[in-house]
Amino acid sequence: MTDHESWLIRGVTIAGSDARTSILLDGGAVTGIGPDLDHPGARILDADGLIALPGLVDLHTHLREPGREDAETVQTGTAAAALGGFTAVHAMANTDPVADTAGVVEQVWRLGRAAGHCDVQPVGAVTVGLNGTRLAELGTMADSAARVRVFSDDGRCVADPLLMRRALEYVKAFDGVIAQHAQDPRLTEGAQLNEGEMSARLGLAGWPAVAEEGIIARDCLLAAHVGSALHICHVSTAGSAEIIRWAKSKGWPVTAEVTPHHLLLTDELADGYDPVFKVNPPLRTADDVAELRRALADGTIDCVATDHAPHPVEAKETEWSEAAFGMTGLETALRVVQRAMVDTGLLDWAGVADRMSVRPARIGRLTGHGVPLGPGAPGHLTLYDPAAPATVVTPDGASKSRNTPFAGLELPGRVVATFLRGVPTVLDGKLT
Amino acid sequence: MKRHLISAGDLSRADALLILDTAEELAGLADRPIKKLPTLRGRTVVNLFYEDSTRTRISFEAAAKRLSADVINFSAKGSSVAKGESLKDTALTLEAMGADAVVIRHGASGAAHRLAHWVRGSVLNAGDGTHEHPTQALLDAFTIRRRLRGDNPRGAGLDGLRVTIVGDVLHSRVARSNVLLLSTLGAEVTLAAPPTLLPLAVGSWPCAVSYDLDSELAKSDVVMMLRVQQERMTAAYFPSVREYSRRYGLDAERMARLPGHAIVMHPGPMNRGVEIAAEVADSVRSTIVEQVANGVTTRMAVLYLLLGGTEFPATGEA
Repeated sequence: MTDHESWLIRGVTIAGSDARTSILLDGGAVTGIGPDLDHPGARILDADGLIALPGLVDLHTHLREPGREDAETVQTGTAAAALGGFTAVHAMANTDPVADTAGVVEQVWRLGRAAGHCDVQPVGAVTVGLNGTRLAELGTMADSAARVRVFSDDGRCVADPLLMRRALEYVKAFDGVIAQHAQDPRLTEGAQLNEGEMSARLGLAGWPAVAEEGIIARDCLLAAHVGSALHICHVSTAGSAEIIRWAKSKGWPVTAEVTPHHLLLTDELADGYDPVFKVNPPLRTADDVAELRRALADGTIDCVATDHAPHPVEAKETEWSEAAFGMTGLETALRVVQRAMVDTGLLDWAGVADRMSVRPARIGRLTGHGVPLGPGAPGHLTLYDPAAPATVVTPDGASKSRNTPFAGLELPGRVVATFLRGVPTVLDGKLT
Repeated sequence: MKRHLISAGDLSRADALLILDTAEELAGLADRPIKKLPTLRGRTVVNLFYEDSTRTRISFEAAAKRLSADVINFSAKGSSVAKGESLKDTALTLEAMGADAVVIRHGASGAAHRLAHWVRGSVLNAGDGTHEHPTQALLDAFTIRRRLRGDNPRGAGLDGLRVTIVGDVLHSRVARSNVLLLSTLGAEVTLAAPPTLLPLAVGSWPCAVSYDLDSELAKSDVVMMLRVQQERMTAAYFPSVREYSRRYGLDAERMARLPGHAIVMHPGPMNRGVEIAAEVADSVRSTIVEQVANGVTTRMAVLYLLLGGTEFPATGEA
């Protein structure tokens, strides 16, 4: 990979347009778009039939390093991200040690730079050790080389309303956002599966929707009260979407994400007690899935975020109640979104670009990402073939873990190439 | 669920009647001086018990031994499980030892399902968490049928019988299996409990629901009392044991309001004075001791049919 490599991508359809055109990448940026482009010395990529999206941005990724390198590393997780079409990921803070100091977030940021598959933007913990009692040094993390703007205790809820209020207020000083994992801890003690017909039949402790919705309602009110930016992680219920729609109608500074798995899968899959379907928040009902899709389509939910949560085999080959929560998702995200949103007519490709690149980059305060493709845009882009359905198989891909809930399922589409700063990280579906 | 007995819901009416009728055949054995059949000679049955349950374990052990099977008791205490071996590794070990059937009792719902993926032999669910306990339901159905369907009940279902199950349904594997099996056999099941101890989605079950035990008594042919755990009180499921007992306990006064033929059941172990009064437990209506004896017979029938090559569902698709 030379610094001054230039690429001419021919015959491509830019998301949101119907016409085929060419894209010229030179010097790390998009320098030209048009059907008759030519550039002597440029490498040619025949992209006939492919869709070009601005490089995808994930607001919610667990890279597991430091601490759980048996499940994933920054190297393997970002490789998986590139294969999924991502050019930037936000690395969640629940590592060991927790990313609650400038030292840890800078380490993760440097590991991302060294890996080079995509940009890694660390997320800082809201509270020390994710323990929910004392604010972490948010300002120091913001001022560090990692330039942290998103703070989250993801995996745990900032349940104390006073602490949540203070966190929201405090990060205003540096344009930060608090990303809340909305889960009332008392209402979900020992909870295993969405509370409903399935949990009743399977004898698994129920996880009520209200445990999520109650926290979201409270936090929307707090965000309005102090005028601070709130982001809701992995929204999973119809009621949550309704509350967020109401908060947005008031003009309050609230944003939200939904995972690919909550757009496609339901709690019925727990029928055989296979913990590959165990996730936090839990899979919900078909009615919830339909409402989440509608909310993503109308913009109530701003973006798709993977919540890529790799776990080693032994954490899932166990009894349901003993198993770890979480699913991998980076390598299948775009394909799942095509199936759930595009093939159903709910979202067009311009909408996908908006929900998977433009808006997540904006929420993450990630400058230089999420810029619609046009002359002068950064050279981050994803080339996708929407007409290449294939069955998901494990082990496959780059993630160290194989806890994908989509194994055996046929999904549409294939990420053909990913470019980061004008340089391919993936070509012909393989890492460069 | 072929080869296995994991959920009472996997049994068709024909399957359930086959088990009950086989148990009737085997019941005669208990009255003979030599209580043993050679049927399962050379077969190995493992009792894999992750929870203390002496009564269920010895019931399965007696059932297997009366069919001449070799029985290995594997208790979580004092085994490698205490050192942190996973269920899968234990399953592979049992597989390597050539277990023809594994009887599993486990604190996690779904443990029997998982085990069935990892062993070739038959898996019998002897209680998994708060999910199911299908042989308990079979022995209860067997007991009801004997008491209320005459001396030769072979071939008979439980059609039209009204069974009221009382207590902590939410956490009860006995209740889940009984609702499924008894309704399959034609009984009309009503669950009577405080709302906190019923699953929120209980409306999707094949039974009726009542919060008022007293209104159910006069129309019940069978009252089945469930054990109530003291620790439910601290988790705010009900205010006090005394109040629970007052509203949902079966005492002599309530028993007197049952129809003359009605029976009282309890899967044991009982909390005398909490969900059931001593004079009720010891009355002629009580089937509690019979249930224990019938447990051995019914489990013999299940082992006999599963290891004898019968697949459930025996008739058509599940």
